[in-house]
Amino acid sequence: MARKSSATAKIVTTGFAWAMALLIFFPILWIVILSFKSEGDAIATPLTMLSAPWTTATYTEVLNRSDYFGFFWNSVILAVGSTLMALLIAIPAAWAMAFQPGPRTKDLLMWMLSTKMMPAVGVMVPMYLLFRDLGLLDTRIGLLIVLTLVNLPIVVWMLYTYFKEIPTEILEASRMDGASLRSEILYVLTPMAVPGIASTLLLNIILAWNEAFWTLRLTTVDAAPLTAFIASYSSPEGLFYAKLSAASTMAIAPIVILGWFSQKQLVRGLTFGAVK
Amino acid sequence: MATAHSRALSRLMISPAVILLLLWMIVPLAMTLWFSTQRYNLLNPANTGFVGFDNYYYFVTNAAFWTSIWNTIALVGGVLIITVFGGIALALLLDQPFFGQGLVRIMVIAPFFVMPTVSALVWQNMFMDPVNGFFAHVARAIGLTPFDFLAHAPLASIILIVAWQWLPFATLILLTALQSLDREQQEAAEMDGANRLQRFVYLTLPHLTRAITVVILIQTIFLLSVYAEILVTTNGGPGTATTTLTYLVYVQSLLNYDVGAGSAGGIIAVILANIVAIFLMRMIGKNLDA
Amino acid sequence: MTNTLRALLGASALCTLTVAAWAEPTTITVATVNNGDMIRMQGLMGEFNALHPDITVEWVTLEENVLRERVTTDIATKGGQFDVLTIGTYEVPIWGNQGWLVSLNDLPPEWDKADLLPAIAGGLTVNGELYAAPFYGESSMVMYRTDLMEKAGLTMPAAPTWADIRTAAEAMTDKDAGIYGICLRGKAGWGENMAFLTAMSNSFGAKWFDADWKPQFDQQPWRDTLTFYLDLMNNFGPPGASNNGFNENLSLFQQGKCGMWIDATVAASFVTGADSTVADSVGFALAPDNGLGKRGNWLWAWSLAIPAGSDSVDAAKTFVAWATSKEYTALVASKEGWANVPPGTRTSLYTNPEYQSVPFAQMTLDSINAADPTAPTVDPVPYTGVQFVAIPEFQGLGTAVGQQFSAVLAGSSTLDDALAAAQTLVTDEMTKAGYIK
Repeated sequence: MARKSSATAKIVTTGFAWAMALLIFFPILWIVILSFKSEGDAIATPLTMLSAPWTTATYTEVLNRSDYFGFFWNSVILAVGSTLMALLIAIPAAWAMAFQPGPRTKDLLMWMLSTKMMPAVGVMVPMYLLFRDLGLLDTRIGLLIVLTLVNLPIVVWMLYTYFKEIPTEILEASRMDGASLRSEILYVLTPMAVPGIASTLLLNIILAWNEAFWTLRLTTVDAAPLTAFIASYSSPEGLFYAKLSAASTMAIAPIVILGWFSQKQLVRGLTFGAVK
Repeated sequence: MATAHSRALSRLMISPAVILLLLWMIVPLAMTLWFSTQRYNLLNPANTGFVGFDNYYYFVTNAAFWTSIWNTIALVGGVLIITVFGGIALALLLDQPFFGQGLVRIMVIAPFFVMPTVSALVWQNMFMDPVNGFFAHVARAIGLTPFDFLAHAPLASIILIVAWQWLPFATLILLTALQSLDREQQEAAEMDGANRLQRFVYLTLPHLTRAITVVILIQTIFLLSVYAEILVTTNGGPGTATTTLTYLVYVQSLLNYDVGAGSAGGIIAVILANIVAIFLMRMIGKNLDA
Repeated sequence: MTNTLRALLGASALCTLTVAAWAEPTTITVATVNNGDMIRMQGLMGEFNALHPDITVEWVTLEENVLRERVTTDIATKGGQFDVLTIGTYEVPIWGNQGWLVSLNDLPPEWDKADLLPAIAGGLTVNGELYAAPFYGESSMVMYRTDLMEKAGLTMPAAPTWADIRTAAEAMTDKDAGIYGICLRGKAGWGENMAFLTAMSNSFGAKWFDADWKPQFDQQPWRDTLTFYLDLMNNFGPPGASNNGFNENLSLFQQGKCGMWIDATVAASFVTGADSTVADSVGFALAPDNGLGKRGNWLWAWSLAIPAGSDSVDAAKTFVAWATSKEYTALVASKEGWANVPPGTRTSLYTNPEYQSVPFAQMTLDSINAADPTAPTVDPVPYTGVQFVAIPEFQGLGTAVGQQFSAVLAGSSTLDDALAAAQTLVTDEMTKAGYIK
């Protein structure tokens, strides 16, 4: 029955899905549209705004005013670097927790997550003092450390849940065959864990890319990423919708493109252990 | 199987993560605990000293304190309800075969990529503004009086903005879970004459329980620290209608620069967050025995 | 031969030296707010570098809230991240008192300190030391639509009273046509609605504190101020006013939706500029008064200051002197026209005949001169500052009180409750901070 009407069902579903997607995407679409208008047109009523001439002048202005690629490069280094560092620390931990679970493994996981509950606004000044004394203010390495630690609990948890799903029988079989620990990890575990590691990597790049508290407070020039770029375009005296829209489009475009290429991976891998 | 040797090895493998996180927890926590007993305003460095529990006393007796707790619960609860129910509905929809899946998915995920301050500015100025906002124009076009969202339903408006940002996350996780659903079981149930609703309640929903738990847990952690959206749109007002606990801590530590009071507020927030976490664990933790 | 060789060697050594000196210029980091005048300066850095090739300037441009948070944290913890800070008249007296800023009394004579407008310089001077150089100054004034006034058969006096404002607001309001008689700030915040309301309250004879630092929100003048404000806004103001700050009102006015707008004088160049649909029909008047001797206008100057911890004080001074000089003003005028020069800091600008032809020049000057940060209120008070109280606690207090008043405007609280709440919370904070013994 369902198979017969599947063509019609597919068309109806397509309509619904696109309607929902457009509804959710609409504010972002609006940002993109505004970024191609002049400041004066951007505050006009929607119909007037849409019929106003299109222009790339705002982008030219933003590119002339700010060193976009400097900010962009810092964002790439910070997002990718902190994610790789977190993976490096988290993979052994998650591996051990998944294959050698102790009586308190679950408590340990929950404790790790609970380190994320400290409100950043409350520890800002102590952290600033610490960074000052360690000479880490406005350094990439300082921010890399912070971003790594901020995301580490989530990374450990995600990896743990993937590793957990790898059947232990395979490991035992490979041990029977006399495989060393090294080859066990290299040839048996890694191929099975790669999809999980990949989607962990993706999600954490997104989280690190958008981290806007520490990246804004602990940097000035050398380490400032795109979040600081955005902060130089929001709410000045005077009109700013078009410029803010252009800056926002430029800040989210790289991550949306990354998401576009990897959305299948993301959808497949974001289980958080939620799938048996 | 777990020999002493492999135990030691696994300890060794876990320890870097544990030690680093322990440091990341203990160092700021210890500094914050210490500052919370000090009179220390950044702008008045001459006037410092030990004040015992005064900072806690002032924080808790602040007129906005209890309102802020309630607002925090309302914000987190409201966003969770919208994202979980909306997420399930969206995931069910996106799990069906349809044309343009890739494009639709990326459009649904996209709000997750927008920085909180930007999405707050966009919603406030371009959508909710009662004179120039998109909703106001639509309302006038169909002959209604525009609704002043941020004045008359400020907390609900902020819940809407935050929910928009987190709906994609919930949808993604729930969609992933749905895709691992056993199709054969579904078809068998269909053969047995179970209708759509019955199949959803008895097969799909139990399968999604763990995913829903994950969504609630992770989102709660992030939602408890929301403050940028409030700062941009309402500054915690009108009155204290949108002052959450985190926003109150922000006001103390980064607007008043009262590090002592801000630290005391931070400690109180951590304690409350952990109570919520324990409560959550008790309630739904059994779904997570991984 | 040998001489030539020696000469060559000497020349190359000299070259190496110059290259070495040139290769290691002093780098200074300037933190600034993202307002138009500062952005314009960043575009003119080529001119500065031509004069001072040995100084490299790095910019940190941030929105106002984040900037204030960043520089305050940095200077108070001696983080040493910045060499030049852009701060306002609120911070300078507090930070100057703490010894956090480098005195600018020794800027070169050609910088001409005596040329600064006295009201502005007064707000930046602590115990005879000038702690910041004003980059642009502003007061507040009435901006109104000349076409709507004409239609209503009214004329705006150059120095209106609050009663005049009410009459004009009533006459211009045409809600069916989407025109609201008056737009004022309503968004909660010490620099948002409280900047306007505190300045307005001065003209009603109100004050924040008496001589013993006792809060005055339980007194009649504050009640009068708010009653008048609420009456104006509820009857003639736009919907959603409790979320309107400077930018929201600016876009309303530019779209022709406000009859009057009382706000910063710098708005004048925006409402008469290219993005405005009403550019040709804007008039200016002094902020209103009630005949008590004080007008309802504020005083603010975005200024450049050097933190005491800077390791390049000399280069920073060179930059500050350049950016706030008469020559810089002339440079902007030559590139962008006189209407775009940073206003409100120097007497010489206002005696310049070319600048006098800018329509809002005289009214800006008169407004600035009508404000006195050292005696802001009708009765004497223990604090300085017109639209703020120059004590560290004010940011928090102003925002908390602003929330109460914004709630009344939104209709979610009553005037009595808000005034009582304001009185209690300010009393609590001032007791905690040790002002009230």
